[in-house]
Amino acid sequence: MVDLAIETRGLTRRFGAQSAVSQIDLAVPQGSVFGFLGPNGSGKTTTIRMLLGLIEPTAGESLVLGESMPRSWRSVLPRVGALVEGPAFAPYLSGTANLMRFDAADRDSDRRTRRTRVEAALARVGLSPAAGKPVKAYSLGMKQRLGLANALLRPRELLVLDEPTNGLDPQGTREVRSLIRSFAADGTTVFVSSHLLAEVEQLCSHVAVMSAGSLVAQGTLDEMRGPDATTVAVLTPDTDAAQSVLRALGLTPVSVALDHGGHRITAAIDRSRVEVDSLVASLVAGGVRVRGFTLEEPTLEDRFVALTGEGFDVVA
Amino acid sequence: MSSPEPGIRRRRLVGVDLVGSELAVLFRRRRSIAMLVAIALIPILLAVAVALSTRSLEPGQGPPFLDSVTQNGLFVGFAAMIVGIPLFLPLTVGVVAGDTIAGEAAHGTLRYLLVAPAGRVRLLLVKYVGTVAWSLAAAFTLMLSGAIIGSLLFPVGPVTLLSGDVIDVPEALLRSLLVAVYVSVSLMGLSAIGLFISTLTDVPVGAMAATVIVSVVSQILDALPQLEWLHPYLLTHYWLDFADLLRNPIEWSSFGSNALLQLAYIAVFGSLAYGRFASKSILS
Repeated sequence: MVDLAIETRGLTRRFGAQSAVSQIDLAVPQGSVFGFLGPNGSGKTTTIRMLLGLIEPTAGESLVLGESMPRSWRSVLPRVGALVEGPAFAPYLSGTANLMRFDAADRDSDRRTRRTRVEAALARVGLSPAAGKPVKAYSLGMKQRLGLANALLRPRELLVLDEPTNGLDPQGTREVRSLIRSFAADGTTVFVSSHLLAEVEQLCSHVAVMSAGSLVAQGTLDEMRGPDATTVAVLTPDTDAAQSVLRALGLTPVSVALDHGGHRITAAIDRSRVEVDSLVASLVAGGVRVRGFTLEEPTLEDRFVALTGEGFDVVA
Repeated sequence: MSSPEPGIRRRRLVGVDLVGSELAVLFRRRRSIAMLVAIALIPILLAVAVALSTRSLEPGQGPPFLDSVTQNGLFVGFAAMIVGIPLFLPLTVGVVAGDTIAGEAAHGTLRYLLVAPAGRVRLLLVKYVGTVAWSLAAAFTLMLSGAIIGSLLFPVGPVTLLSGDVIDVPEALLRSLLVAVYVSVSLMGLSAIGLFISTLTDVPVGAMAATVIVSVVSQILDALPQLEWLHPYLLTHYWLDFADLLRNPIEWSSFGSNALLQLAYIAVFGSLAYGRFASKSILS
């Protein structure tokens, strides 16, 4: 049994008659980089707010770092760094002054090391040159980094990052990704919410998917991708010959005529039963002229759309 | 002291750093400085107007103490306090107290303070301490500015009190400080109301306006003779009675009644603020 950094049982929050989050059972293993996915409005931020004690659940319970939230906030929250629904700062204060203020807010933080820790956190996100400027002069990307720096004022056991790359340019996104990897390398559990699937796919070891307030799937990244959904695609002018070769191997090919001549034949393939590497040889031996051959791995996006549906449905 | 982890000293009971941080933020803010400057301008405007005027006031004409200003500069502070207490000082208290929680909510910093974690009760207390510090700063700024401009423009000497007794200059300055304390205390109940209103909304301007309206309505009710039974319970009832500190011997009863009344308002609205904020869903 793996120790869990976050565990919820039947966690539910209703606003009036509407359930923002209903009956979710999260299990975030310690040391994982856990991607918390879902379309906008699916209840991700409400869940995060409950985990951090900002709102009370209507029902259910949550354990963060082994202790009950919100009851044990005093011992839990100092060990958690958080970025919740975008960064927020007093615009008239400098970056440094804002971080000093948040650090002073915790009665257990050490005044003697405060300035050093603030400077180190600013350096880690590359904001040292702008540390003295008022936050209102910051770009969105700089505020996002300052928000990350705030989460890093101390060594943390858990980082809860809500949309950490929101508003960042491609370089900034890469930097945040490498920062998250470095936190994970230190043994910190990172809980990242995002709707950017490619990002989650590159970063995370585990994934959970929210849809309309419910947790629809949860597991390791490989489990989520699905084991048997690899597809082969063959480009050829000899569609009949190719299809019969594939059928002989136990596949069910589908042929589509291409505009510029020839056909594209696709078939789902169970890699434990069919030897992929010998497929082309079999096709050629069957007299098929192979113009192209590709193996298509399922993406998280396919799985995500399958779970949460197409389009922009907001639950009313 | 050994630290279990870098940056953490466990088991502190209160942790005063947040108070220091709150006061530093409050008093370094441009808005606060502008309001203190405006407060300091009240006695300056008043003194300059009197000094430039060729018409001398009959005794008893104009606001209390104004007729005495030309004979003794030390009266400038008292006259300015009479002018400032009904609207201008409560206005600044409304801005500061109304901003406490709603202002943090509007900036989104409330969630980060709570996640830090500041603790809800502790944050509320720290915010209230900030408003108390503001009341003191506002009253003392006005008094100090009055004493300075009064001594520059008018003669300064022994002060003839309302009771007819004469006190010397150091004694008169001491009485000025007492008046400033009286006015600060007068504003503390309103601060508690402002703090409570501030927990109800994420729109600071709304909380500020509502707080100022409370003080204005209270003064209107206090002026209606038909509601005489209500008057001793009104927040603003004793606001102008600081003049009792300018008698010999000092008439302490209004100071005491005022302090008790303000304490009652602090208790009631402090509890309401706690009741609201301790369980509030932070959605900002």
